[in-house]
Amino acid sequence: MITTLPTSAPDDSPAPPPPRLGRARLYVRRFARNRPAGAGVVIFLVLFGYAAIGGHVSRWNWSDQDFLALTEPPGASHWFGTNQGGNDVFTQSAHGLQRSLVIALSVSVLTVVISAVVGAGAAYLGGRVERWTLAVIHFLLVVPAFLILALVSNRVSGDWRVLILLLTLFGWMFTARVIWSVSTSLRERDYVLMAEFMGVSRRRIVARHIIPHLGALLIVNLTLGVVTTVLSETALSFLGFGVKTPDVSLGSLLADGSVTISSAPWLFAAPAGLLVLLTVALTLIGDGLRDALDPTSTAGGHG
Amino acid sequence: MTNLVLSIRDLAVTFPSERGPVEAVRGIGLDLFAGRTLALVGESGSGKSATAASIMGLLPVGAQARGEVLLGGRDLLALDDRRMSAVRGKRIGMVFQDPLSALTPIFSVGRQVADAVRVHTRVSKAAARERAVELLGLVGISQPRRRARDFPHQFSGGMRQRVVIALAIANNPDLIIADEPTTALDVTVQAQILEVLETAKAETGAAVLLITHDLGVVAGHADEVAVMYAGRIVERAEVRELFATPAMPYTLGLLGSMPAPDAGRRLPLVPIEGEPPSPAQRLPGCPFEPRCPLARADCRDKEPALTELRPLHQVACVRAEHVAGRRPGDVFGRAEQPPVDTPAAAEAVLRVVGLSRTFPVTSGAVLRRRVGTLHAVSEVSFDVRAGETVCLVGESGSGKTTTLLEIMRLRPPESGSLEILGTDVAGSLPASERRRLRQAVQIVMQDPQAALDPRLPVFELLAEPLLAAGSGAEATRDRIAELLNLVGLPSDIVDRFPAAFSGGQRQRLTIARALATRPRLLVLDEPVSALDVSVRAGILNLLARLKAQLGLAYLVVAHDLAVVRHIADRIAVMYLGHVVEIGDAEDLFARPRHPYTQALLSAVPVPDPVRERSRERIVLRGEQPSAADLPTGCVFNDRCQRRPTLTARLQQRCADQRPSLEPVPGGTEAACHAA
Repeated sequence: MITTLPTSAPDDSPAPPPPRLGRARLYVRRFARNRPAGAGVVIFLVLFGYAAIGGHVSRWNWSDQDFLALTEPPGASHWFGTNQGGNDVFTQSAHGLQRSLVIALSVSVLTVVISAVVGAGAAYLGGRVERWTLAVIHFLLVVPAFLILALVSNRVSGDWRVLILLLTLFGWMFTARVIWSVSTSLRERDYVLMAEFMGVSRRRIVARHIIPHLGALLIVNLTLGVVTTVLSETALSFLGFGVKTPDVSLGSLLADGSVTISSAPWLFAAPAGLLVLLTVALTLIGDGLRDALDPTSTAGGHG
Repeated sequence: MTNLVLSIRDLAVTFPSERGPVEAVRGIGLDLFAGRTLALVGESGSGKSATAASIMGLLPVGAQARGEVLLGGRDLLALDDRRMSAVRGKRIGMVFQDPLSALTPIFSVGRQVADAVRVHTRVSKAAARERAVELLGLVGISQPRRRARDFPHQFSGGMRQRVVIALAIANNPDLIIADEPTTALDVTVQAQILEVLETAKAETGAAVLLITHDLGVVAGHADEVAVMYAGRIVERAEVRELFATPAMPYTLGLLGSMPAPDAGRRLPLVPIEGEPPSPAQRLPGCPFEPRCPLARADCRDKEPALTELRPLHQVACVRAEHVAGRRPGDVFGRAEQPPVDTPAAAEAVLRVVGLSRTFPVTSGAVLRRRVGTLHAVSEVSFDVRAGETVCLVGESGSGKTTTLLEIMRLRPPESGSLEILGTDVAGSLPASERRRLRQAVQIVMQDPQAALDPRLPVFELLAEPLLAAGSGAEATRDRIAELLNLVGLPSDIVDRFPAAFSGGQRQRLTIARALATRPRLLVLDEPVSALDVSVRAGILNLLARLKAQLGLAYLVVAHDLAVVRHIADRIAVMYLGHVVEIGDAEDLFARPRHPYTQALLSAVPVPDPVRERSRERIVLRGEQPSAADLPTGCVFNDRCQRRPTLTARLQQRCADQRPSLEPVPGGTEAACHAA
């Protein structure tokens, strides 16, 4: 939108500086205009609340076993039914969701942060730093990460904190490679050159002029990263290398439920439904964030 | 000669957009006659390119054209794409702005021209090939038989545009559409291409539709002119009539905002206030009304129709009678005259001595070998004093921008020395000293859209240089309000993103940004070349005002000599990385001594049809050679127009020995043995 502004002659006494709308508040405003994103936030908050306090609203505990109700369908006592061991699926799902959320969110945030800093940093600094970083990335990409993950995580007997570290360690390279190649074109932009000529420090240039332009890419990676991590974690748990009993995660619940999908479908339905809701919510949020952060987007209104 | 070729009736073009259909062209009518050139003049967004695209049936998918485009009695808008293809290239030839993207890179140019012939005429391959060679010769490509086998990348920009013209006239079209044919070319090449276009017109007897924003080109080559504004033709007249007695305030404003290359020095330009309207939101009434100094209350009520002012002169303005015969300065308020006195013998803000910069030329994809050296800048020396404007002029590839970037880097140069505010940047400067120099020299780039980070609102953009300089939050806020005021922008825009502004406003922002740290020297790389003509004058006046107000020194790179003429105190003419002539702007324009300077000045079209057509012009042969293999003698030796007139001994000297800058009578210093 082009606005016609009057060109006023210079004035000796400048007008008092107007109150300023912070950048963060500007983005929040633009984000709030997006309805699907709002729905995504609501779904996510509900899931988050369920994961946080779901274990306390039911009279059962996730590790309790009710031997009077084995493989019971959903009902008044057990809201989501029970499994073969008499565990309450409602509280187990809440606990599993909590575990999976913590793992998935921390892994994808860590992955994105590491890959953004490494990828953009390598691209901007160039020269030897760039060559060595790329060499390390390419080496890690050909390492059979899944096998190493399985072996190491089996050794530490499924501690979820170690799982976070391992998934991060072997998960950042691909994103970093993509970010590097996008950043190599960003570093040629005029405004990067301008910032250099203004004496802005290199660290600041990477943080303010390169990484924000990767915003859409980072957010998509963050959203998809959660899904990927849940899937990796599921695969590991399914093979018995991930989160181990007695601890549960969405992945191990799904693995358990898939065995009895025809006889006791509720065992699969509860974690699967939660997983779908989680990914849909994150995708909607990701979409809304991208529109809000992108100044040329019309969806975010004209701020 | 008055044979009607193309007739456009009530053409309207609509583009779909998110906010509803946008009317790019709103009912225009034009007639084109054989052997005559009609120039369509307008700024970006005025609808001139959409008009051309709808004649050729090349509108993007979704766009709608209504009305009639009659070519020999047949309505082109009613034809489907297949039947339109038989018309395109056969009866209508096209010359596009960018000759590189108009040619297919994988076929030789001879093959492309021959194909253009064979698509529409049943001839043998050999005959088509002969015709292609003939056409290439016609458009002035030397040794056409040999060069026909070359590929587009082996040609320079000007030569490629000649090939595109050969393609356009391959089938003797009735109409040639040239859409900004010389905008992407250098000024000495522009003169050549315009001559080739004249030849093509004479050879085919076709009507020419010349689309351009350059009134100088119009003055020299058009027979009739139609001025477009906001999707409509607002004035239409024979070229002499239009330049002599414009009757629409917009036309008058355009003429006034063009700095004439031979005008008296330093008269402030006559700017048109405001910006062209956005096609998305049209108000009732005359679209020019918000910018028009003569607007009356009834201008806002309804859009004036194009009516006959006198025979062959139509204008869409209710006050046409009142406007006709007046000069731009009487109608548009002149900006206040900035004081022009330059303090004599002021201290040098920048001193460049013997600056050189080379780049390695490598070949091979796997093992990079150095196969040569590109001498981008060789032995360049000049200085810029406080309160002075020094312009570097020359064609693309002459090393102007490299020189600027070498200065801005503030690193020890490859050879030579660089002194800013009396401090040599070579050696180990303390960090605080380096920061002081950084703040003292700032740059304004050519394209304001690229130079502003689109993700940061105005406040953050302006705060960046201040924070880098270590300014506090309170001081930053005050300084930003001051800066916006200084460049004539309202202070309530601090929360908007750059995308919300027009080109002229963005350039004001980049200037405000560059001024943030109170620099002593402002380096400007083509500051107005990316802007619309009517907005340029405003920016140039702003720069003049800031210089007077803040005592700045400017180092300007520009290729538009009319602009240079308007702002420069001293000028350095560059060719192939060398300064070939340097001196006071007055002397240089009045008595250019170097043959290249003379040719460069002569190539600039004058926005006055009478003078433009009667003056003697020097049209240089060929184009600037590559800087990878410099000639041993004078760098301008092979294109020099003066060389044939020299004695054999002097010619030999030109070929063997590179001349150095020597003072010549008349005030300038020129690097020429024969000056």
